[in-house]
Amino acid sequence: MDLLEFAKGPALQVAAYILVAGSIWRIVGILLLKEKPDYSEPRQSGGLLAALKVIYTRSFTASPFKAATMYPKMLAYVMHLGLFAVVLLFVPHIMFFEGFLGFEWPGLPNSVIFFLGVAAVVAGIALLVRRLTNPVLRLISNFDDYFSWFATLFPLVTGLLIPVRIGFHYETLLAIHILSVALLMIWLPFGKLGHTFLVFITRGTTGMVFERRGAKT
Amino acid sequence: MKKRPTVGEILQAKGVSRRGFLKYCATTASILALPPSMIPRIAEAIENARRPSVIWLSFQECTGCTESLTRSASPTVEGLIFDAISLDYHHTLQAAAGDQAEAARHAAMKENDGNYLVLVDGSIPLGNPGFSTIAGISNVDMLKETVAGAAAVVAIGSCAAFGGIPGADPNPTGAVSVTDLVKDKPVINVPGCPPIPMVMTAVLTQFLTFGQLPALDKFGRPLAFYGQTIHDRCYRRPFYEQGKFAKTFDDEGAKAGWCLYKLGCKGPTTYNACATTKWNSGTSFPIEAGHPCLGCSEPNFWDDGGFYEPLSTGHFDSGEKLAGAAAAGVALGAVAAAAGRRRQAKFMKEG
Repeated sequence: MDLLEFAKGPALQVAAYILVAGSIWRIVGILLLKEKPDYSEPRQSGGLLAALKVIYTRSFTASPFKAATMYPKMLAYVMHLGLFAVVLLFVPHIMFFEGFLGFEWPGLPNSVIFFLGVAAVVAGIALLVRRLTNPVLRLISNFDDYFSWFATLFPLVTGLLIPVRIGFHYETLLAIHILSVALLMIWLPFGKLGHTFLVFITRGTTGMVFERRGAKT
Repeated sequence: MKKRPTVGEILQAKGVSRRGFLKYCATTASILALPPSMIPRIAEAIENARRPSVIWLSFQECTGCTESLTRSASPTVEGLIFDAISLDYHHTLQAAAGDQAEAARHAAMKENDGNYLVLVDGSIPLGNPGFSTIAGISNVDMLKETVAGAAAVVAIGSCAAFGGIPGADPNPTGAVSVTDLVKDKPVINVPGCPPIPMVMTAVLTQFLTFGQLPALDKFGRPLAFYGQTIHDRCYRRPFYEQGKFAKTFDDEGAKAGWCLYKLGCKGPTTYNACATTKWNSGTSFPIEAGHPCLGCSEPNFWDDGGFYEPLSTGHFDSGEKLAGAAAAGVALGAVAAAAGRRRQAKFMKEG
């Protein structure tokens, strides 16, 4: 078995088991927690609409903080949208998903994906520089922040290197890329990257609590 | 020993013009990625070379490699160059049979001891000597005996180079490659199922010209022909970049000549010269004919996943194991939540 076969087979498979088991563990573990009793009178009704509202409104910065957070917010958007396009709209990736989902969707030309991928990497590096140079951010950052950054950027960089080659063979770079994706899949449920599947649950919960307490959302 | 005629003398006798001969030398220099300054040297070396003795051994094979070589459009200069090699033993092409054929092999080995080339097509079965024999001699014994006095060995085709189809899982005959057995002689692998005729003749020409092995890759293949992937030189590559893929063999994309990656093309991981040298005197190659590359010049191509499965497809087990992982996640989550509730209750009680 060569490196590519190992990456496409056992490595990806074990990573998939860990991703599925870990993600469901986190979600179920949180959803089954007992809610703290709230003895105050509800100011507003709360409910699903309140959750959906905050899921939407928290996608943008509240006006008093706009100027202060514009730079990191823009970088985060570039990185997240770039990641989204690279993962879900690159045609060979769509073929990968089609392999086990059984259906496909339209993709983007490679040149567009490459541009968005490079933009995502640049944004990611800029965000790391900001984290390292801002004293407050540096103080509150831990291993989870840095390793999550690495686990996200590593597959992006290895994927972008495949067409460039830099002296390596395609199959070697593809194997390294798949192994880096496997690393991301394994780490994703356990660190701060868990926001991939928790983001809307946590935002929605916040929305319902705030609504109940009468906060403006 | 009778003095053999030079290749130049033979070509002259065959009526090959000087222009045609130099054109061949220029083509050879070009495909071997040699500078133009090497053309006179190639011409001089070929003209003055004595016909080297070549012994061609066929083991567990389908004769496709010989078919490929002999089906090169005839007459070609390459064909004549091949005529200029003293092919002293070849099952399919020689007139002699039985004891006479074996006597020819032994005579060639004796007369050219230390100088002859051994070309091998087919893999060698080690499971049982009786699986494949020639004149009652097992393949492994014949290979060892013949290679002992050879200058170099050329493994022609993927079976000889890597075990090929006979070596595919579950490898019922215990088939091995030439390099698995020959450790004390230079071995050049010229894989392919079959290899490109031009590549076979050019490798021999280079050996004839320079008297040394060409630069080889990690699988012992000449870099001049196996240095780049099919994908890198494929005329359909722009469609790959544009994200335009044929989804079936008869859809609009297939008719428009779009990329065959989705239909399982192994071009990105296959190192060969098909996309540049092409087949049938430069007419086309499999991808041009509308079929994905099978990756036939790569080791274990027969067992390397489905031919019609895209390279980017992961090899997952059944969904049952994944469902098991999901169930384990639910159980872990429930246990974690229960523990959380206990902690919460304790905190509320103790304050």
